[in-house]
Amino acid sequence: MYKFILKRVGMLLPTLFGVITLVFFMLALSPGEPARVILGERANKEAVEKLNAELGLDKPMHVQYVIYLKKVVQLDFGRSIKTGQRVIDEIKSRFPATIELAIFSMILASVAGIFIGVISATKRYSLLDYVSMFGALFGVSMPVFWLGLVLIIIFSVNLNLLPTGGRMDIRYYFVPITNFYILDGLIHFFKSGDLGVFLSAVTHMILPAVTLGTIPLAIIARITRSSMLEVLKQDYIKTARAIGTPEHKVIFKYALRNALLPVITVIGLQFGMLLAGAILTETIFAWPGIGKWLYHAIESRDFPAIQGGIIVISTCFVLINLFVDLLYSVINPKIRTE
Amino acid sequence: MENNKFLDIKGLNVSFYTQKGVVRAVRDLDLWINKGETLALVGESGCGKSVTASSIIRLIPSPPGKIESGEIFLDGQDILKLSEEEMQKIRGDKISMIFQDPMTSLNPVFKIGDQIAEIFITHYGLKKKEALERAVEMLDMVKIPSPEKRVKSYPHQLSGGMRQRVMIAMALASPHPGIMIADEPTTALDVTIQAQILDLMKELQEKIQMSLLLITHDMGVVAEMASRVAVMYAGRKVESADVYSIFEKPFHPYTVGLLNSMPSNEKYKHNARLEAIEGNVPNLLEIGDGCPFENRCKYAKDICRNKFPEIKDMGNNHHVWCHFAGELNF
Repeated sequence: MYKFILKRVGMLLPTLFGVITLVFFMLALSPGEPARVILGERANKEAVEKLNAELGLDKPMHVQYVIYLKKVVQLDFGRSIKTGQRVIDEIKSRFPATIELAIFSMILASVAGIFIGVISATKRYSLLDYVSMFGALFGVSMPVFWLGLVLIIIFSVNLNLLPTGGRMDIRYYFVPITNFYILDGLIHFFKSGDLGVFLSAVTHMILPAVTLGTIPLAIIARITRSSMLEVLKQDYIKTARAIGTPEHKVIFKYALRNALLPVITVIGLQFGMLLAGAILTETIFAWPGIGKWLYHAIESRDFPAIQGGIIVISTCFVLINLFVDLLYSVINPKIRTE
Repeated sequence: MENNKFLDIKGLNVSFYTQKGVVRAVRDLDLWINKGETLALVGESGCGKSVTASSIIRLIPSPPGKIESGEIFLDGQDILKLSEEEMQKIRGDKISMIFQDPMTSLNPVFKIGDQIAEIFITHYGLKKKEALERAVEMLDMVKIPSPEKRVKSYPHQLSGGMRQRVMIAMALASPHPGIMIADEPTTALDVTIQAQILDLMKELQEKIQMSLLLITHDMGVVAEMASRVAVMYAGRKVESADVYSIFEKPFHPYTVGLLNSMPSNEKYKHNARLEAIEGNVPNLLEIGDGCPFENRCKYAKDICRNKFPEIKDMGNNHHVWCHFAGELNF
């Protein structure tokens, strides 16, 4: 087991190095000069050259690469060209919002998706099965921006139940500690006994989490259903039934644990994708996350910001997949002992 | 005599509703087993042996499978009339089952101790810890070395023979072991291991006086284990008798064919070739009302094509379903 973990962690480093290198060269080779973007179309040549020298962009590419590597290792992504802020600080203030949103979306998508998948598989070809699988197909095919807007119209505008956007009601003033507002809300509650901050954070979370979680939910439901159908055909399920195991235990314990193996892989991949792919949801719900920030960085050729953003997101993606692999080995004893 | 029958199947019909049509997997089957007795159900693949076994424990995949009619009395109770919940209480209590392939019949992601413990939790209401202790005892009973360690093993860490022992342990863990259905329990094992497993089954069966329904196509296993034999062909029972009678004087041409296709030392000495039964098992979709063996039987006449024969009593509890039983010379 330890050998497996060590081996898997060892594979992290080359992967991350690859990502870091790729990010650098992709940006270095892409068209568009940062200095031109900053100074505008009509800036004269001297000004552009001067700015390039300041940004270190006049040096040969391999020199730039070495400098870049040295800095990245120290988590120094430089300063944003646009705002002049340190990139790492900008990421620190925004990434928790995205992670928080992604976590809640994935919890929703996983719990509901697995449940729907299991029910459809056990009630195969019933009305319930058809309805859930049609729903899942609908969920996969639905554009996120449209779903987000429809939810806002129904729950915010018409029913006036939930806020339209943002992470926190502006009436509340509090100093974030972790930048995960729901967590901060709890801390605030324990300190002051005021539950308002926590509740406000939760109500702001609901619509974006549903919007962002719909596609993963649908995918997870479909994978769970097909995996479950496969497992239910196996001999060991017949064995479990033949010894009189109650049916709910056969399904939710003995079958589900086997069926979860492919589902967990999908959950990991989907979670990684949500981290980078929440741009639309963040835009619709004015969610101050990293997706929107990265989008603006790309728009304005803010090289340091883009580099920093992509590296942080990719690192998370890689770490999540490591976690999934380790989880996989916990569930599947064969991997552990091989 | 009547109340001595632990399992009594009367007129069982089982069909599978497939896209191509209705497959009548078991037709008008009568079968009974006395307490403590071993009945071998013999026949080639697809003849309805396993479907019969699954019917007794009511685990026919449904849909597409359906028990159309018949009665299955277990210890005097017609289990086909029970609700699913009541049936669940009987499975693993009065009936237990061992499957063909021990490689796939244990759950790969649970420790074998946990899988055996499930019976003690379900049927005895024990807590997990006590149930695991009982699981160790069961492993010891089926002669698995160092059972305390083995309960913590996963199925893939055990050999085929060991896994089949685990399956037997599960079958014997039931509170009131009445009948064990063993569906080709040794087919997937090495020949050297087969004898060990059969011996173990026999020993334990005698110890706890349990009935055994042994499903097999291996006449060698039949001779070793069974006291009575029922031969099935294409969903129908074609001959039944006690084991000596079947080997001594079979009456049905199919039984004769089965016995002739069995390797023996005699044949080996004389360098004789094994005899195959010509032709193939009929497609159960296209089968008519005649004798199902008619297309492969060299003695078949017109009547065989049109009418399934009545039961013929050859004395000594030896029954045959053949129009010409007793008239043929093999």
